[in-house]
Amino acid sequence: MSEYEYSYAFLDEQTKKEIRRKLLKAVAIPGYQVPFGSREMPIARGWGTGGLQITLSVIGPDDILKIIDQGCDESVNACNLRTFIEDVTGNAMTYDTLEADIIQTRHRIPEEKMKDGQILVLQVPYPEILRWVEPSERETRRMHAERDYNKLWVFLYEDIVRWGEITISYRYPVMVNGRYAMDPSPIPRFDVPKLHQAETLFLFGAGREKRIYAIPPYTDVLPLQFEDYGFKVEDFSGKSCRNCGSTNSYLDETFDSKSGKRYFMCSDTNYCTKRSSTITETKILPQEMSI
Amino acid sequence: MKARAKDNKEQALLRVRDLCKIYGKSCEQCVTLTGPDMGGNMCPKCGSIVACAEISFDINCGEIVGVVGESGSGKSTLIRLLHFDQSPFSGRAYLNSYENARTDLLNLSDQKKRWIRNHQFGIVYQNPYHGLRMNFSCGGNIAEKLIAADWYNYGNIRGRATELLLQTELPLSRIDDLPKYFSGGMQQRVQIAKALANNPPILLLDEVTTGLDVSVQAQILNLIRHIQRSLKISMLLVSHDFAVIRMLAQRTIVMKNGRIVESGLTDQIMEDPQHPYTQLLINSML
Repeated sequence: MSEYEYSYAFLDEQTKKEIRRKLLKAVAIPGYQVPFGSREMPIARGWGTGGLQITLSVIGPDDILKIIDQGCDESVNACNLRTFIEDVTGNAMTYDTLEADIIQTRHRIPEEKMKDGQILVLQVPYPEILRWVEPSERETRRMHAERDYNKLWVFLYEDIVRWGEITISYRYPVMVNGRYAMDPSPIPRFDVPKLHQAETLFLFGAGREKRIYAIPPYTDVLPLQFEDYGFKVEDFSGKSCRNCGSTNSYLDETFDSKSGKRYFMCSDTNYCTKRSSTITETKILPQEMSI
Repeated sequence: MKARAKDNKEQALLRVRDLCKIYGKSCEQCVTLTGPDMGGNMCPKCGSIVACAEISFDINCGEIVGVVGESGSGKSTLIRLLHFDQSPFSGRAYLNSYENARTDLLNLSDQKKRWIRNHQFGIVYQNPYHGLRMNFSCGGNIAEKLIAADWYNYGNIRGRATELLLQTELPLSRIDDLPKYFSGGMQQRVQIAKALANNPPILLLDEVTTGLDVSVQAQILNLIRHIQRSLKISMLLVSHDFAVIRMLAQRTIVMKNGRIVESGLTDQIMEDPQHPYTQLLINSML
């Protein structure tokens, strides 16, 4: 730590206590948005302050931390958050999904299946899923209290009318534990099924909007869907990762700036690197054997 | 004859007893110091407005009951109380199709009230902006009511919406258009289609033809009569216009200053009005 003395994990103990209490409430009522006193952080609101405050409140000296942004460990946002947390905690950091105790993420859930005991902290820009259909906060609170989600359903209906399918690509509305409609944060549809009956604890923090919510392990998390217009994940059939050849991961489309050729790559860089290294090994092995 | 009357009484679909709504702080004498005999609905003691009081009536199955009175007589308040848009000061209401009329509707939790509103009631307001969401399509508005009544199959919702548009004589080609671009008469039809969507046993109509031109008025009234005959839905029809009441309602309640001053068969009231206010109303018909 530099010349300034901060308490472990930057936040003062009273703040951590408040956030932990709010987290307990959030876990006790899956999908319910708990208001919390979002503190001023050394990054701008809307850049992950909600997730950051949760991470700093739950982290202990022995926890190994991983931070990703859209699946990538090395993007600017992830790097800056990692440096900051490393500075104020001195904890060990990792890129490995399976090695981490806590993973803070923006807009993705890792490809590798997370286990019991791991915590995934998601950064949330807009916690209120009903905001699409209802501008008033008082009204959305009433709607949640009465489980009145008709307007959200009509939103899906209108989508099918207009486009012949549900076109929501991220922030797909889910019902948690059959009770609360919830914004799963801007993860792609591809990641939504990973929330259902998971072994992992999911914590959601919206710093700007001052809300915390959670999905405890083994909770039903089901996407809103009509009986005859079901929820579908993104279709990557016929496409594979240029680096590791994966055909069952979430792929980002990009292009070669010289040749202009389009290609696809895993969005989860750690998953991709792990696969590439094992593939290289297996590729080398048969060659050596043939010699 | 007597047995039949008794049967009817048992079959009363909706029973309303002693309904009262007071705006303001209210005192013990509010109800006694207001009403048609006192010549107003503002309590001289505490200044509260008694919008309606001592309202009791029944609606039988398949019957249209008209409520007539000048503006400010408490007609719309009555309908809003029954639709749970506002909460009453006191009073009870029992619905035959909800727990065999054993439970007072006005005392239920908000969730249960919403369930009843979605499953048992349909409402058509005077102003379509109250009853419709103008930024949802016409079909979406009908879908909202159906989803509220637990329809989760897009095809079925679409089918039912189409059926309702045919029933209310709306062009099917407009199903995906926004009602804000519709004419007043068409908006009223969409409201009626929405209100009928889940086959409610009771339909509340609040000044449905007010503000429409005469030919459209006649069409809407015809439509309501047709619906009542074919679907046997009970209706509570509020209007300030005796002509509308005469055309549709079998029985009529006359209201003034928040009280019922006269009630009975519509024909009887038209031919032989007892209360001076009713006489005045009928004499002032064009």
